[in-house]
Amino acid sequence: MNPVPDIYRILPEVVLTLTGVAVMLIDASLASGTPRRNLGWVAAIGTTLALWASLWQLSLPQGAGFFGTVETSAFTIFFHVLICGIVLVTLLLSLDTLPEDSHHQGEFYALIVFGAVGMCLLTSAVELLVVFIALEISSIATYILAGYRKQTARGPEAAIKYFLLGSFATAFLLYGIALIFGATGTTQIYEIAQQAPLALNQTLLLTGMALMFVGILFKVSAAPFHLWTPDVYEGAPSPVVALMSTAPKAAAFAVLLRVAYEMLPTLRSAWSPLLWIVAALSMTVGNLAALRQQNVKRMLAYSSIAHAGYLLAAFAGAENTGIAAAAFYAAAYATMNVGIFAVITVISGYDEALPIIDDYRGLLYRSPLLGGVLIFFLVSLVGIPFTGGFFGKFYSFSAAVGGGAVWLAIIGLLNSGLAAAYYLRLALVTAQRPADDNVSVSAPKPQVGFAVMAALAMAVAATLILGIVPNEVLRAAEAGAHTLQPPSAPLQDAHRIVIDRLPIP
Amino acid sequence: MDTINNSILTLILLVPVGGALLVLLFPDRAKLPNWIALATSLVTFGLTLHLPFHYDLARSGFQFAVNKPWIENPAIAYHVAVDGLSLWLVVLAGLLAPIGVLASWNAIKERRKVYFALFLVQQTAMFGVFVSLDLMLYYGFWELSLVPMAILIAMYGRKDGPKAALKFFLFTFIPSAPLLVAILWLYARTGTFDLAQLQYWVASGALPAGGLYWAALAFLFAFAVKVPVFPLHGWLSDTFSEAPVALAMVVAGKLGLYSMLRFHIGLFPAQARAAAPYLIALAVIGVLYGACLALVQRDFWKLIAFAAVSHLGLIVLGIYGFTFIGSTGAVYQILSHEVVDAALFVLLGALYDRYSTSQINAYGGLAAKLPRTAAHFVLITLAMIGLPILNSFIGEFLILSSTFTGVSRGWAVAASMGVILGAAYMLSLVQRLFYGPPSDMIAVRPAPDLGFRELAVLCPIVALTLVMGVAPSIWLPAIKLSTQRHVSVTLLHGPGRVTFTSVPWGGPR
Repeated sequence: MNPVPDIYRILPEVVLTLTGVAVMLIDASLASGTPRRNLGWVAAIGTTLALWASLWQLSLPQGAGFFGTVETSAFTIFFHVLICGIVLVTLLLSLDTLPEDSHHQGEFYALIVFGAVGMCLLTSAVELLVVFIALEISSIATYILAGYRKQTARGPEAAIKYFLLGSFATAFLLYGIALIFGATGTTQIYEIAQQAPLALNQTLLLTGMALMFVGILFKVSAAPFHLWTPDVYEGAPSPVVALMSTAPKAAAFAVLLRVAYEMLPTLRSAWSPLLWIVAALSMTVGNLAALRQQNVKRMLAYSSIAHAGYLLAAFAGAENTGIAAAAFYAAAYATMNVGIFAVITVISGYDEALPIIDDYRGLLYRSPLLGGVLIFFLVSLVGIPFTGGFFGKFYSFSAAVGGGAVWLAIIGLLNSGLAAAYYLRLALVTAQRPADDNVSVSAPKPQVGFAVMAALAMAVAATLILGIVPNEVLRAAEAGAHTLQPPSAPLQDAHRIVIDRLPIP
Repeated sequence: MDTINNSILTLILLVPVGGALLVLLFPDRAKLPNWIALATSLVTFGLTLHLPFHYDLARSGFQFAVNKPWIENPAIAYHVAVDGLSLWLVVLAGLLAPIGVLASWNAIKERRKVYFALFLVQQTAMFGVFVSLDLMLYYGFWELSLVPMAILIAMYGRKDGPKAALKFFLFTFIPSAPLLVAILWLYARTGTFDLAQLQYWVASGALPAGGLYWAALAFLFAFAVKVPVFPLHGWLSDTFSEAPVALAMVVAGKLGLYSMLRFHIGLFPAQARAAAPYLIALAVIGVLYGACLALVQRDFWKLIAFAAVSHLGLIVLGIYGFTFIGSTGAVYQILSHEVVDAALFVLLGALYDRYSTSQINAYGGLAAKLPRTAAHFVLITLAMIGLPILNSFIGEFLILSSTFTGVSRGWAVAASMGVILGAAYMLSLVQRLFYGPPSDMIAVRPAPDLGFRELAVLCPIVALTLVMGVAPSIWLPAIKLSTQRHVSVTLLHGPGRVTFTSVPWGGPR
């Protein structure tokens, strides 16, 4: 019946898994003391292959494999390409910034790749238990990576905090899945979509949905589930933050889109106001808190909370515009955020000698390249036209306005004005003359190696493409949006008709 | 010729950006960036001069149009064109570019690459604002014009650049949030960003009146901050004190005033008409308030800032009086004001370069030491206070006389007081700076008079003030074409005169 071999449906995940295993095996077989930097290149090449494999999947007909548990569609491919791109940038970034003598360098690269397996699987899973397993794969990798700087005080603290709160949130997700299974008798997303309107106990279904939302919103660090974000970002190494502030969030948003629009479109009247509130809250809380931060990573952590809010605004939109806007925003946010953390990694180094805003004073004079790129990404985060950040916000808020949530758009845009204050503060400090007695003058000029250069170039190019010629990416996002409709809608209608005709006792 | 006419606006937009890239590519050595920027801005100015020579006065409306789809969804088009309103503003922006480069020639001593590259990007953004007829494209350039300005103020500010830059940016960025919401709302309702189509939609009455009211208000608010209209002028004096001369001369006025004419009155004639009494009141209050505060300033940048509030208020009065003569005078006054302001900034910048203080008390008796500076300064002052045969007279006269006959005698008399106060503060500034006994600082610090470069900047401007004063017929025909259309459209939405019955407290009759 299904002419496509199942293995093709998960080809990128397979490639990534093989890469991760290869990296671990080579790492184990190398004598201790051998430089392990080249393992990073192995991982990078594997990720590039996975990216190709995702693009190759475009030639497959849309459909599900492995007994209806994983799907390939324009939607999954969009997110696969995005995630593989981010992971590639992160790997290139780590190649030049990870200290040569840090132990377990091989594991570091392998964990990043295994995390990518989980994230990719998360976007293509159409079975709630596979969603859960994929989420765990990606989470466990990021828990370990978050605590990679064991020698510092904040590293292990960040990892433990992330792990405990993350497990707690995953438990919510699992409990939600159980309740939905109780209400509908299935964990397959298409089937739930068909069964949901017929479920006798709608309260059970609603509770299950709400609990699942808690789990997912925790992963995207939307308020009020955001409390872990600043501490974890501060404690984790910068390359890891570049990864975990973007790729897992994009994957989690893909799941949220699937749950909301594909699995429970009939409960729209319930989840739409819920997400409206979370969006407004996230933007406002994130921006207000970011205004007061002195530590750059904490500031960007709060800013990422605000950006989750901007993205959630797209959920107020109708099916096609809302999904496309959310997917586009995920891409725009991911490219600029991975870019800005890449710059920060290079500037302050793996040891993070320069954590606070004042350390960036006069960066534009010390290193015009890094200073210029930093300002560029800040400008994009503000949402100035001709950058990806602008069109992301634009699509998201116009989806909200189109869906009737004018107030959410106004709150969002006022928030972008607020956000401009702290982004600009950093940009202006960067552009300021260095004071003579400042530590940063004596700080060595940051070294920019080839791999970092490539990573930065990729992020800058992607941000510019999204800002100047977004047509292609938007078309891909729209194609993805079209595939997120329940495949057997007619059946659902047939059931509805039956219900309508039931004689009222 | 057709190919030139079709691509001239695109060239004007691209040349400054190309110049900025060249500046970045070449090393920062021996004034090389200055020369590249100067060459680029002269080429751009030459390109803008193409427009008035080939603008066909016989057919009014938009010319040199290019309309190509840029982004499919939402339907954003690269739609640029000029009409009588934007024609001279583009040329003016082209003229001020080389003047700005020359004014920054020695004042910018380090990191010239960054400065001139951003300066040229700023030029493109300004041209873009004047020629865009697609609302989203316009918004893009509008926002883009803020970033280089903010960074340049932060990097090259005199004392506390970053603070002034942040103030400037927030003051102008936050009002553009409601502007964007209003644009998106229009798009959600109509499916287009094209100005002409939106005008049609608004006129058709298909859009809800309540929404249009708020949308028009959002547009007006964003533009009024940018002009700035009293009481939204909080950012101006800090920006004038801190910004490099070449940027201070372009930061206020024309972008906001042009946008009011094109996008507030042009898009929402009925709502603009309803808002007119309030704006006239604010404009006249601004004229008097700015003039009174200018009288008591001790810092000449601050004095110029409040003088600008006063002069820009007069232009707003002309625009929202909705008389044909008044609107024409207002557009003419935008040009005159920019020209005079540019000269004033160059002169005060020259003083600041020589004595590094903007405290008026520190000066005195300069005329004996710097006779050429004094002569130019007096001439520009006379132009600024509206002496006949110099340029400001034309605009001010048209605005005030049309207000008197066509709008309200009371407001016209009140606004004329501002002109008198203007003469008072400007002449007293001249007196305090150039005449009287030389101050201690002037006596001990030798300083050269205006050099060749500064004269090369000032002489054309001075000549221009004279030509604009005696031969306004060079500029007015094109301007009239567009203001005629604006005023006739708004006449459909109310009685011939702006009446004050809608103002709760009546207002003067």
